[in-house]
Amino acid sequence: MVWRAPGSNTNCETILPQAAQDMSSFEAPILALEDRIEKLVAVPNPAPDVEAELRRLRVELSRLRREIFDHLDPWDVVKVARHPDRPQTLDYIELVFDEFVELHGDRSFGDDRAILTGFAKIDDRQVMFIGQNKGRTLKERNESFFGCPHPEGYRKALLRMKMAAKYQLPVVCFIDTMGAYPGIGAEERGQAFNIAFNLREMSRVATPIVCVVIGEGGSGGALGIGIGDRIAMLQHAYYSVISPEGCAGILWKHAKYADLAARALKFTSKDLLRLGVIDEIVPEPPGAAHRDHRQMAATLKACLNRNLRELAGVPRDQLLAQRYDKFRRIGVFEERPPNVVGQPPAVSDAGAAPRPAAG
Amino acid sequence: MSSVEKPEPGSWVVQNPRKRGVPEGLWLHCEGCKATVFRKAVEERTGVCPECDWHFYVSAQKRIQQLLDEDSFEEWFADISPLDPLGFADRKPYHERLVAEQAKTGLREACIVGRGYLRGRPLVCGVTDSAFIMGSMGSVVGEKLTRAIEQATQSRHPVVIVSGSGGGARMHEGILSLMQMGKVCAALARYHEAGGLFISVLTNPTMGGVAASFASLGDLVIAEPHALVGFAGPRVVQATVKADLPDGFQTSEFMLAHGFIDRITPRSELRTEIARIIDYCVK
Repeated sequence: MVWRAPGSNTNCETILPQAAQDMSSFEAPILALEDRIEKLVAVPNPAPDVEAELRRLRVELSRLRREIFDHLDPWDVVKVARHPDRPQTLDYIELVFDEFVELHGDRSFGDDRAILTGFAKIDDRQVMFIGQNKGRTLKERNESFFGCPHPEGYRKALLRMKMAAKYQLPVVCFIDTMGAYPGIGAEERGQAFNIAFNLREMSRVATPIVCVVIGEGGSGGALGIGIGDRIAMLQHAYYSVISPEGCAGILWKHAKYADLAARALKFTSKDLLRLGVIDEIVPEPPGAAHRDHRQMAATLKACLNRNLRELAGVPRDQLLAQRYDKFRRIGVFEERPPNVVGQPPAVSDAGAAPRPAAG
Repeated sequence: MSSVEKPEPGSWVVQNPRKRGVPEGLWLHCEGCKATVFRKAVEERTGVCPECDWHFYVSAQKRIQQLLDEDSFEEWFADISPLDPLGFADRKPYHERLVAEQAKTGLREACIVGRGYLRGRPLVCGVTDSAFIMGSMGSVVGEKLTRAIEQATQSRHPVVIVSGSGGGARMHEGILSLMQMGKVCAALARYHEAGGLFISVLTNPTMGGVAASFASLGDLVIAEPHALVGFAGPRVVQATVKADLPDGFQTSEFMLAHGFIDRITPRSELRTEIARIIDYCVK
């Protein structure tokens, strides 16, 4: 969905700093406890009872982290996914891959900094890497439009995927965007047409594609590099048809109801696994990925290695057929005889698994 | 003098503050030229304003009547009906909204697919109706289009999809709607590889997830005049760039000038145009 009501203030510029402040609301007990531990650690020549207290507090801390982060409200998940310290594509390039040879540009218009592409090595495996990047410094963020790609970004990604297929390299896509950039230039250069073209072409790229939603999976902007053989999602990422602010702006008539929209949209990793949209959830370290980049990267690397290994031996025809079926079966509907238009449709349980399409 | 005096409370003026306008049904207000036009005159011209050629909305059923040979349309997959997979409720539960939309439009979902003939040429046809939850694509629209495209791949018929969607992917079915974009595009990829001809007709409005999937993938993309075509809605773009939008931003004419639409075709010539294209491409 694209239309947002007036008053929905969802510019990237306003959301990022806001997310950091918002985090503290549910992270506060964790931060307070950490503070206490830090103070105790700083005590010179601690008495035995202090050490015991320290042990107790550390146990308490891990319990608290688990408790809070296992039961995050969907709106809090969005805040975690947007946390400014959350590892981004560039961090993972550093921590997961042993080498990255960036390839710039789409050979047609420019070099979108919101999507980075290039050769990469994960252990001994050569891959084509494609990742959406938000940037950390203000300069980086401005260059990448806060991680919102333009049409040239999608063209660049597709160009590299086709090249990967030609040279038998598997493709790894990292998804992390609020959405494709809604600007004048983007529309003039055919945002919709380029995303659509990617969806069609990616379904036929004859090489394994592993996609991971590492932070925000923002609508068509995410899906534009999100057609693959395996779709994984970090535990506290979200992947949605529309941003919660945009949805609230349309259906609740104001963006301030984003928390309600977030709960309604069912976009957390658990929901998506249940709905059969993703294949696996990559667990995050205690207190979410931003608390421990290294551990997150190690888990992610293991996940990539496993998936790439599993897909490596699959014959190309079978791979494409499986990729087709993967998307083909998504959807929940029923088949009822005609002439009952206007009757209430049966309501399925919110928790029920989707029924595979009959066709 | 009495007519300008302030009326007593309870007098007829206050009691019945009826909007002064045109009676519903007989006249239409034209968005193009702002004139009030006779509904019958509009309908005689396939829903086009007699004053300024503004293209009014036409329902999916009407569109099929206009486009295909008389009584040649055979609807497919009419049994497929929507469910409420997320238990979605905004100010109104989704399942109630569906019932209301079905009653309002007489459609079961936002899309009709089937087979028909256009000037004697067989084709597979899909139409989305922008009145049904903004013509948005949920599981049913995705499934119907995918099945229709798969059928056309088998039977080697041309596919014509007339898109009208202000909504794009339907929010109420969440991520499942987004994935329908991938699903339909994958079916189109196979159809394309099999050599099938796909003519995409864009009508007012074609936006968001519909524009960013099947509607943009025609071998030929034809648009009706002055249709709103784009990815992000104009208000979102304006809120983002904080500047005035160019004249005619995101109209068919704008998209044609920027190279994304092959032809702009008035509704009255759509049949002729599609027949001609089929004759060029299908031997």
